[in-house]
Amino acid sequence: MRSFLFAAAALIAAPLMAQDTMPPAPYAHRQLDDPALEAKAHDLMLTLRCLKCQGQSIADSDAKMAGDMRSQVRQMIAAGEEPEAVRGWLIERYGDYVSYAPRITALTWPLFVLPLVLLALAALLLRRRFTGRRS
Amino acid sequence: MSGAPDPKPRRWAMWLPLALFAGFVGLVLIGLFRPAPREVESALIGKPLPAFALPPASASRPGLASSEMGGGKPRLLNVFASWCIPCAVEAPQLAALAREGVAIDGIAIRDRREDVEAFLTRNGNPFARIGADDVSAVQMALGSSGVPETFVVDGKGVIRYQHIGEIRPEHVALLRRKLEEAAR
Repeated sequence: MRSFLFAAAALIAAPLMAQDTMPPAPYAHRQLDDPALEAKAHDLMLTLRCLKCQGQSIADSDAKMAGDMRSQVRQMIAAGEEPEAVRGWLIERYGDYVSYAPRITALTWPLFVLPLVLLALAALLLRRRFTGRRS
Repeated sequence: MSGAPDPKPRRWAMWLPLALFAGFVGLVLIGLFRPAPREVESALIGKPLPAFALPPASASRPGLASSEMGGGKPRLLNVFASWCIPCAVEAPQLAALAREGVAIDGIAIRDRREDVEAFLTRNGNPFARIGADDVSAVQMALGSSGVPETFVVDGKGVIRYQHIGEIRPEHVALLRRKLEEAAR
């Protein structure tokens, strides 16, 4: 119970700590002038995690750090980088956790293989059942 | 239901759904009471410091460039901000390390110069250099996701260790050990 109260208090306290009075980064709340580049940047931002308010994307979050990350992403896209290169740049620094787009790695491949195995298993069981009924 | 009617259904199979449900509840309870750590570690540990050059955040100290770290001796790189309350909590620990001769550089995140001055006057100034990172650009380059964080950078400019959160008295020994390891 006590730890729960502490956790609740921490949740309330965290936004208070993040009060700085600096102006937002140049492209935190400003779109890129080129609509095609902005669309590219926005699609990417929807799939990047805000590290302050985990569970939100940086496109959705109002945290100052999310604004700084949006600005960084927009500037990199404006400089001609491909969205996947920008994602790679962030993953290089924060690990896979920063990206919402799943990757197949040595750790995650069972997640992709398991549904196929289960489907195959289900097909096998159903086939046995149906052929069993006919006989 | 079943094509080949089973004359004697196995007894244990009756409990299977309940067992599965209990397992599921167990998983949920683990997630509820022992949540995964929320801290995001930098993926740059063991890798060289990214290149950066920051203007001074305080009139009393020069700015900070990555080329100045890695001068043969390990240093601490402290990511802080005057608006961050835990950063004041760790000030005595940083001061103690500085007194022992540990070189400490600082990066002030999203901070006004006058606020940094006030913070240093209030909490002491253990820093050799302080860079001002107004849009968290270097913080991002470092893979740091909050303040305060402290990196151990070795004499070659390679990041060796990251401490997330404030340095409490019980963490000082660990940092000293990491600095010693980085000196080898």
